[in-house]
Amino acid sequence: MKSMISLIINREYMTRIRKKSFIVMSILGPFIFAAYVLIPMYFATMEDKDEKKVVVLDESKMFTEYGPNGASCVIPDREFLKFEIIEGVPLETFKEGFDQSGYYAILFIPKNLMSSESSLIYSTKQVSLEVSEHIRRSMENEIEHLKLAANDIHDIERILAEVETSLNLRSIKWTKDGDTQETHTGVVMGVGYMSGLLIFFFIFFFGSQVMRGVIEEKVSRIIEVIISSVKPFQLMMGKIIGVGLTGLTQFIIWIVLSMVLITGLKAAFFPELNQTPTEQVVGSDLFMDGQSEVAPAAAGSVLSGDDMDAAMEIFASLKNINLGLMVGAFLFYFIFGYLLYAAMFAVVGSMVDNETDTQQLVLPVILPLILGIYVMISAMNNPDGALPFWFSLIPFTSPVVMMVRIPFGVPWWQIAVSGSLLIATFVAMTWVAGKIYRTGILMYGKKITYKEIWKWLRYSS
Amino acid sequence: MNRAYEPSGANLITADSVVKDYNGHRALNKVSLKVPEGSIYGLLGPNGAGKTTMLRIINQITAPDEGAILFRDKPIGSEHISQIGYLPEERGLYKKMKVGEQALYLARLKGLSRQEALSRLKLWFEKFEIGSWWDKKVEELSKGMAQKVQFIITVLHEPSLLIFDEPFSGFDPINVNLLKNEILQMRERGATIIFSTHNMSSVEELCNHITLINQSEVILQGEINEVRDRYRANKFRVHFKGEPEKLSRGLETGFELLQMDENGRGQEATIQVTRDGGSNELLKNLVHITEVKAFHEILPNMNDIFIQVVNKASKKNVQP
Repeated sequence: MKSMISLIINREYMTRIRKKSFIVMSILGPFIFAAYVLIPMYFATMEDKDEKKVVVLDESKMFTEYGPNGASCVIPDREFLKFEIIEGVPLETFKEGFDQSGYYAILFIPKNLMSSESSLIYSTKQVSLEVSEHIRRSMENEIEHLKLAANDIHDIERILAEVETSLNLRSIKWTKDGDTQETHTGVVMGVGYMSGLLIFFFIFFFGSQVMRGVIEEKVSRIIEVIISSVKPFQLMMGKIIGVGLTGLTQFIIWIVLSMVLITGLKAAFFPELNQTPTEQVVGSDLFMDGQSEVAPAAAGSVLSGDDMDAAMEIFASLKNINLGLMVGAFLFYFIFGYLLYAAMFAVVGSMVDNETDTQQLVLPVILPLILGIYVMISAMNNPDGALPFWFSLIPFTSPVVMMVRIPFGVPWWQIAVSGSLLIATFVAMTWVAGKIYRTGILMYGKKITYKEIWKWLRYSS
Repeated sequence: MNRAYEPSGANLITADSVVKDYNGHRALNKVSLKVPEGSIYGLLGPNGAGKTTMLRIINQITAPDEGAILFRDKPIGSEHISQIGYLPEERGLYKKMKVGEQALYLARLKGLSRQEALSRLKLWFEKFEIGSWWDKKVEELSKGMAQKVQFIITVLHEPSLLIFDEPFSGFDPINVNLLKNEILQMRERGATIIFSTHNMSSVEELCNHITLINQSEVILQGEINEVRDRYRANKFRVHFKGEPEKLSRGLETGFELLQMDENGRGQEATIQVTRDGGSNELLKNLVHITEVKAFHEILPNMNDIFIQVVNKASKKNVQP
């Protein structure tokens, strides 16, 4: 009987990987994936090169500093965001000539800032959130400082120093390993998040393929021919495994092709990213000899420097993750999560006569999975909270939620409990699914009620 | 007709008071039947009588709620699957799969090796002259074409029991004959065949035994000639030469003239015998009053029996 299952798996696998849609998706998938990664990168570099100048009309004089080069603004400049103090020009005049001025925006700080606690930013464009947040935060900081100073408290410097020390104490406690630990968290979060998301998409996409396969057999009525040769359970398991292998194949093709593509495209579109550090220095020096402080290639060289640092840091922090455990857990939750949900999708397929009827039945099936995604996002901030803890044990959400917890370190007993629960639920669910499936595939043109499903469960074999 | 059938006495399939309920509706009510080894067994009945359910139970697609199915006097089990070939009424194939590939797959599910399946398929495709379809997708075939492929898939593993659910529906007369010949040949090779049908002429041509199911119950069962015998109406047809008047006046009591026809061949009378003595007494009476050219009993055909029995059963159900 084992050979029957392998025949079924073989058919499911072969017919699927020879489909045009499989081949097209295998080839297009990495392009879409690469586009997802590279297009934002491309736009990020585009936008960065666009320098924005904000003119500051500071009537309060609280944000104006006088140095040897004349008046400058207290709000710190950023790489592509500069602030310029203009004195003695009324706002209205400035507004009139704004279009020709080449400024990005006007920041107007009124005289009564301390009492009104608001200032105004004018622009003909929509001011980006990033810019307005930077301004707001810088001004808040400055005002807080001024307010503290204005209180004229005895020993204010010492008190402030003490406050700062206590802050430092906390961060020392948090980051025993120093700076790398902090980068670590970000990378770790990213790895966990990506794994969880991949599992979600895999389950959803290939689970519905199982469902469609079951419907196809039911609608074409070949089902009776097949189950007069093999047991319905064998057919169901054969289909689930066959589709799963198809999915794994597609994923492997995607990952390999994506890596090739991203490396290739990066080399083609961002050649400076692959330059060696010595070359960069030479490049930067050349521009520094020139007069321009905003060298056109500065963006590139800065980015590449960052990129190198980031790559080193990511590499270093990846070493901190238990990579063996991570890969092992990923494969485990990937496979058993799929098997558990595929059995449920097979049941949905067996209960309907056509695909349009599936929607109302698919929703309750994938709801826990969607819930898992939400818990996963909250788990990234607090991986050991009660919510992520429980959801990483519940088998319907554990494949997604546990993945984001593992990089942060999870006690072995929790992994063991979660894994055993998942396997046990998979076995139970497959058994239940087999029973419903067996009856469902022979039912046509009937609305199936939950009461009826309960009856099918109790049919003897 | 039925020349090759010699009852061996052993039963291939025995169903013992099989009961099956579907959502409060009783699809089969204590149905028992015995299918002799090497026979062609007809399962008859109006639509929705429970024929398909019975065939599914014999195929182990569904299980009976009560009762049992025996295969050669042993409870039927998964070891018998490879000995059964089933052609369901609702026939289906994978639409996107190629004909040959699909036939090979389904044959291997029945336990044939790849080699064996390939060589047998080749023979059958030649026999049915469909060799050119091997690489066609099923969706490119017409309904009749697909049915031929399905028939081949059903019989390919040469099972000892063949089950056909409405095998002739959807076929043109030429292919119906092709199929009938194949079924008869399979019986000659020793196979046992069960089929369900509405087509009564095919029952008369093929079946050795029948079971008539109506509203989930068996209402008529037996060897076909015996069943016909049971429903004979004691009607006789006489082909004669002479005065029709003289014949009708000369008939004794107990012989009733039902009909008098005159056609190209001459005079024909249909006579009902209502007294004991039967055909010999009638013949004695007839030779005195006319010149008998031919004389035979009108046997009921299965169509008449079917309608008569079903109507009687329905009336009984309406007025208990």
